[in-house]
Amino acid sequence: MNKRLILYILGWVMIVEGAAMQVCTATSLIYREHEGLFFLITGAASALLGLLCIKVKKPKNMVLYQKAGFAATALSWIVLALIGAMPFWLSGEIPNFVDAFFETTSGFTTTGATILPHVEELSHGMLMWRSLMNWLGGMGVIVFLLALIPKLGGQQNIYLMRAESPGPIVGKAVPKMRQYAAMLYGIYIGLTLMEMILLLCGGMELFDAINTSIATAGTGGFGVRDSNIAAYDTHYFQTVIAIFMMLFGINFSFYILLIARKFKQAFKIEELWYYLGFIAVSTIIIAFNIMSIYPAGEAFHQSFFYVSSIITTTGFGIGDVNHWPMLSKAVILVLTFTGAMAGSTGGGFKISRIVLLAKEAKKEISLLVHPRNVKTVKMDGKSIDHNIMRNTSVYLVVYLGIFVFSFLFISIEGKDFLTSFTSVAATLNNTGPGLSLVGPVGNYEGMSILSKLVLIFDMLAGRLELFPIILLLSPTAWKKS
Amino acid sequence: MKIVIVGCGKVGSSIARELNTGEHDISVVDNNRTAVTRLADSLDVLGIEGNGATYDVLAEAGVEDADLVIAATARDEVNLYACLMARAAGVPHTIARVRSPEYTDDLYRVKDQLRLSMSINPELTEAIEISRLLRFSGALEIDSFSKGAVELIKFQIPESSVLVGKRISQIDTLRGKVRVCTIERGRDVYIAMGDTVIEAGDKVSIVSKPDIATKFFKKAGISIGRCRDVILLGGGKVSFYLAQKLLKSGVNVKIIEHNAARCEELAESLHDAIIIHGDCMDQELLMSEGVDQADGVVALMDYDEENILISLYIQSVSKAKVITKVNNPSFDTIIDKLGLECVINPKTLTGEYIARYIRAMQNSMGSNVESLYRLHEDRVEALEFRAKEGSRSTETPLSELSLKDELQVICIARSGKVILPQGSDMIVPGDSVVVITKQKGLSDLDDILVKR
Repeated sequence: MNKRLILYILGWVMIVEGAAMQVCTATSLIYREHEGLFFLITGAASALLGLLCIKVKKPKNMVLYQKAGFAATALSWIVLALIGAMPFWLSGEIPNFVDAFFETTSGFTTTGATILPHVEELSHGMLMWRSLMNWLGGMGVIVFLLALIPKLGGQQNIYLMRAESPGPIVGKAVPKMRQYAAMLYGIYIGLTLMEMILLLCGGMELFDAINTSIATAGTGGFGVRDSNIAAYDTHYFQTVIAIFMMLFGINFSFYILLIARKFKQAFKIEELWYYLGFIAVSTIIIAFNIMSIYPAGEAFHQSFFYVSSIITTTGFGIGDVNHWPMLSKAVILVLTFTGAMAGSTGGGFKISRIVLLAKEAKKEISLLVHPRNVKTVKMDGKSIDHNIMRNTSVYLVVYLGIFVFSFLFISIEGKDFLTSFTSVAATLNNTGPGLSLVGPVGNYEGMSILSKLVLIFDMLAGRLELFPIILLLSPTAWKKS
Repeated sequence: MKIVIVGCGKVGSSIARELNTGEHDISVVDNNRTAVTRLADSLDVLGIEGNGATYDVLAEAGVEDADLVIAATARDEVNLYACLMARAAGVPHTIARVRSPEYTDDLYRVKDQLRLSMSINPELTEAIEISRLLRFSGALEIDSFSKGAVELIKFQIPESSVLVGKRISQIDTLRGKVRVCTIERGRDVYIAMGDTVIEAGDKVSIVSKPDIATKFFKKAGISIGRCRDVILLGGGKVSFYLAQKLLKSGVNVKIIEHNAARCEELAESLHDAIIIHGDCMDQELLMSEGVDQADGVVALMDYDEENILISLYIQSVSKAKVITKVNNPSFDTIIDKLGLECVINPKTLTGEYIARYIRAMQNSMGSNVESLYRLHEDRVEALEFRAKEGSRSTETPLSELSLKDELQVICIARSGKVILPQGSDMIVPGDSVVVITKQKGLSDLDDILVKR
């Protein structure tokens, strides 16, 4: 494995994180809070360490094969979370390091699960850092590096992209990786700004608007208010946020095609229609189901907000759902698992994988009827490679495996079934809030250290789509040949 | 520049590899998924699976705003049709791989209708290269600059040569008409400087006019006799083209081929050549056909292993110049160690050829490289520039220019006359200037200077 190149990439990750922290230093300065000091120190230390990493042992060759690419990505994310936890811990705003680590992992993986019962007690700098982590983690730091460093452009860099970008099929829409990464970030920034402007137009405070929109963009779900989005108590704000959550759950190649004016191709993306279909059907089911609690208009509003929030794995909340009827809660739980579209900033199992598996199942059934039937699974009019099908099936198995083991570990501390089950579901799918104790109005504070560590693992595994993290744990990956 | 390459076989991928330098946006198309994926994963290119001769697939690869389409599938007809499709999409330049001799000969008739910018024929390119090598049998590689007025010749220094142990500055250069450019020793390549000492076994390249080079070699004690009798082992397409070229310049050609039907074909189209039906790996046959007497033997069979083996054998029994065709470039460094005299790789040649054409295309788009040669396994580039009015490197004696390290101006062509420049010479606008350098990516004459 090209260890020097991995170190080089880690070095850049640290530099970028150090630079990002300075946004929070500035925020603290504006609000005259002394916490900015911790960002300044951690950021500077991180950047210095990063510089050391890229300067001292320069990589001899810049070619990164699949194994090293996956390892570099997974390590980058762990390093990101560890360094990101420092300001919380050093400043004492989150005194326990595991808690701080949990909070940052949740931030970078855009999970949005929090251990803080009262976020408003945090300083502005710290709140900014939580949202910023959501934003950076949404599109991914490695993708950012691919756009930033020309040296990483070149051979084999597709493996870095593949390790970080979600979905069963990861390709690029334009020939050059660097250009593609820049396009993704361009669209990302554009959509974020659009939401910010819309929120400001509705009269939201600047600090809240910035934080809410960047947390939406990464489909993260960290808010700056104790009551999360319920604090912005107008239908305008909540609808804008709901719509943007939905937009960030769409595959970004859709936007690239739109910008390239290839409308026909853009709307031919099969997954898009399934995604919108899932949203529409779920919204209607929940709305009718909760009409006994709310008036009709409000029912649809609540229903659409939650469906959009959960399917994109953002995890914003506008109130408690624990008193909702079972059917609605069940639908929400199901949406936690489906997740958003591949190639979006959302997490979860991904609609495209479900569609692929469903088609494979259909094919298998027709083979029962006509044993010699020759059929190929098609998506967007193209037949799907066996390798991708195999990978998707194995993904399901690994996913379930991790789920089962995490559930067993969480059960050790003896919380109720719904809490244990949904806490794993909500972290592995990067949603954030589950149901019961960890529901939209609850938090993860009461979990034991062991549970928190397990959930940290789940969040990382979920964000990087299992394999990069599993690879790190596999001894064969560290053998020389 | 936006380039679409149709066909991800050996030729297509070697072209993609050659062009994947960062300045081009490249898409590759092939209907073989594995081939596309492999190429798109290993290079910074966009891979599209599908039939590259259909409009939809080409459009997906971005043909509508592409500057160049290169069709390099195994089938000539598909290539030509893909180019036609590309033209229909408004692509200004197309290049097709056309390798069937029947089509190559007629191509000029339809070139305008197809509006084909260029056709490539890897086999023909290779044949031309080999015939050049046979002209100087002592040479390892020959390239020409300034429309053939100057040649760059690479050769190995034998122990008997008077050059061994001399400094470059001590060499008799026939009053400055020959110039030493590069020295390859073991794995290292140097740009020759005055105080470098030449050792036996070095691979040295020189520039000079063709007739002067002959004198130089005679004085230096290096045999470069022109081949009179050449034996070609294997009767494939390259052999056919090569035989045609050699026969035209009065060389006696003998082709040994094991397929009887192919022998008939060759005998029909190559009237003056001697066609032998037999196994090239049969030592007795080779001896009876006089490989030990021939001046040149070219191993052009289908399998690299056979070519290498037979070349080693012939080198051991004969003084002939042996040229070996090796298709798979992956084992270059190993093959170098075997002590083969001269190895030639058709696919890399094609890649270079296309890269040169594309450099020329860019010439009209701002940069001004006229031609480019890769020497010493791509580690050294020889570039030909046209000096423009107002360039910083003109009108100043070369000794006063602050040139980059490991870079030399090796020749200047001015109105038909060739100068191998000394320190006191200067470049004048309109000159064609050849520089040799280890630095890559020079695109303008002013790039030879240290940046201020």
